[in-house]
Amino acid sequence: MSEKVLMKGNEAIAEAAILAGCRCFFGYPITPQNELIEYMARHLPEAGGTFLQCESEIGAINMVFGASSAGVRAMTSSSSPGISLKQEGISYIAGAELPAVIVNIVRCGPGLGGILPSQSDYFQSTRGGGHGDYRMFVLAPNSVQELADLTLLAFEKADEYRTPVMILGDGILGQMMEPVVLPEKATITVDKPWATTGRGKRGKNNLVSSLFLNPEELEQHNFKLQRKYDLMKEKETRWESYLTEDAEVIVVAYGSAARLSMAAVNMAREQGIKAGLIRPITLFPFPDQPIRAQAEKGTAFLAVELSTGQMVEDVRLAVEGRSPVHFYGRCGGVVPDPKEILEKIVAIRALQEARSESTEGGAA
Amino acid sequence: MEHRIILAGFGGQGVMLTGQLMTYAGMMEGKEVAWIPSYGPEMRGGTANCSITIADKPIASPIVYEPTVAIVLNQPSLEKFAPKVVPGGLLMINSSLVNGQSDRTDIRQIGLKANDLANEIGDSKVANMVILGSLIGLTGIISMESILESLRKVLPPHRHKLIPMNQQALEKGMEQVLSLS
Repeated sequence: MSEKVLMKGNEAIAEAAILAGCRCFFGYPITPQNELIEYMARHLPEAGGTFLQCESEIGAINMVFGASSAGVRAMTSSSSPGISLKQEGISYIAGAELPAVIVNIVRCGPGLGGILPSQSDYFQSTRGGGHGDYRMFVLAPNSVQELADLTLLAFEKADEYRTPVMILGDGILGQMMEPVVLPEKATITVDKPWATTGRGKRGKNNLVSSLFLNPEELEQHNFKLQRKYDLMKEKETRWESYLTEDAEVIVVAYGSAARLSMAAVNMAREQGIKAGLIRPITLFPFPDQPIRAQAEKGTAFLAVELSTGQMVEDVRLAVEGRSPVHFYGRCGGVVPDPKEILEKIVAIRALQEARSESTEGGAA
Repeated sequence: MEHRIILAGFGGQGVMLTGQLMTYAGMMEGKEVAWIPSYGPEMRGGTANCSITIADKPIASPIVYEPTVAIVLNQPSLEKFAPKVVPGGLLMINSSLVNGQSDRTDIRQIGLKANDLANEIGDSKVANMVILGSLIGLTGIISMESILESLRKVLPPHRHKLIPMNQQALEKGMEQVLSLS
């Protein structure tokens, strides 16, 4: 299993899901994630699993609810407009504390939008796109290797926390091919005594539900969910820091925007500008800590997104006004040339220098 | 060294497969590689292109904006990509289907009648392999051995009977450019 293979991002997610022990996949076609469904249709039955092309996205997410209730590792995938349709189901899954993996290979919106890559579903993913006071564990891979690795992690954490987990990619990541070493087949150790697998020797029937008509009971349920999210913040926050040690300007970007930003940071370094990159790998929980630590040193930030500015709000919340936060974004399927990001880094650096000179002048 | 290659032509000319073969070959040579198609609302007979990066170091952006090599298999691709090649870069033109060259003087341009050469072998469908053979001959970005090995890996077993003709086309393309120099 340690051989390197060349795979499309969409296919790597599907293969990794099978290796993770996913045995039920429910989907409905939409560009740019169709290769994932095609791969599942061909290979999940070979692994003894069930692939079903559903009547709609809404059908698919509710089938995930059903399969997961019965203790099976289940997944669905779609792209932005399809994910919007799934929101009610995701909220029910969160409320009923069911593990589930949902893949969103994001395309441009709003509405039918276009089929090209975008990161405009950040709010929807991290703020709870459905109703109610819930959060979703959101993973943002930036390479085909990470798509595979984080798919495995997604199933693990979904079971561990009994919560929906989203893998947030985009058209670039789904469509690109890179070498990948597929992960080892997962050994599932988690016990699911809550699953509706028949009464058996249990004293009473298991019930999976998100309905709580007693307000005190529902408040306790919400507090319980909140404690779970707090625990995730404490234990599951993931990020990558690149050249941040001495950085004066730090780009914050995730997924494919982080790949473009890394190219820009490399170019800036070649010009002698001390630039770095913080790449959130989990979007919820968001890596506040490394950003805040840099902000305390007075580092300027540049959030780069394929949107008009969504993650930048989390960067600002982490920075809490300690240092300037700038933004650069392209949208509608337009993917910026790393040179555009470089120009922005250069401008921020110039601004920093001008500021420090004027302060020195003021003191003298 | 980072080779950034754009391969462009009509849908059906084997643009995506040729790019994947190069990427696979680079991977087998232990290099860092990435392949990404231009995807969008495409139609049959429309233009298609893919970007291939083959490098010694990890690849930051898989998207190619300024190619070190552009291979253009049809007229619209010449017009679109010739201006983007880096100074000193290589532009390979399928002269069977493309009239003329770019008027740039700061790049190396090689015209090759790929479809005519493929027809000599017996099938114009291997024009993509003729061009790929010439690229190998001109640059050595990847080796002939690893391309042949990736053909065996990428093609499903029931297509393996086509490998000899593809090999012939690769060799023809290579000979053609070696005779130029």
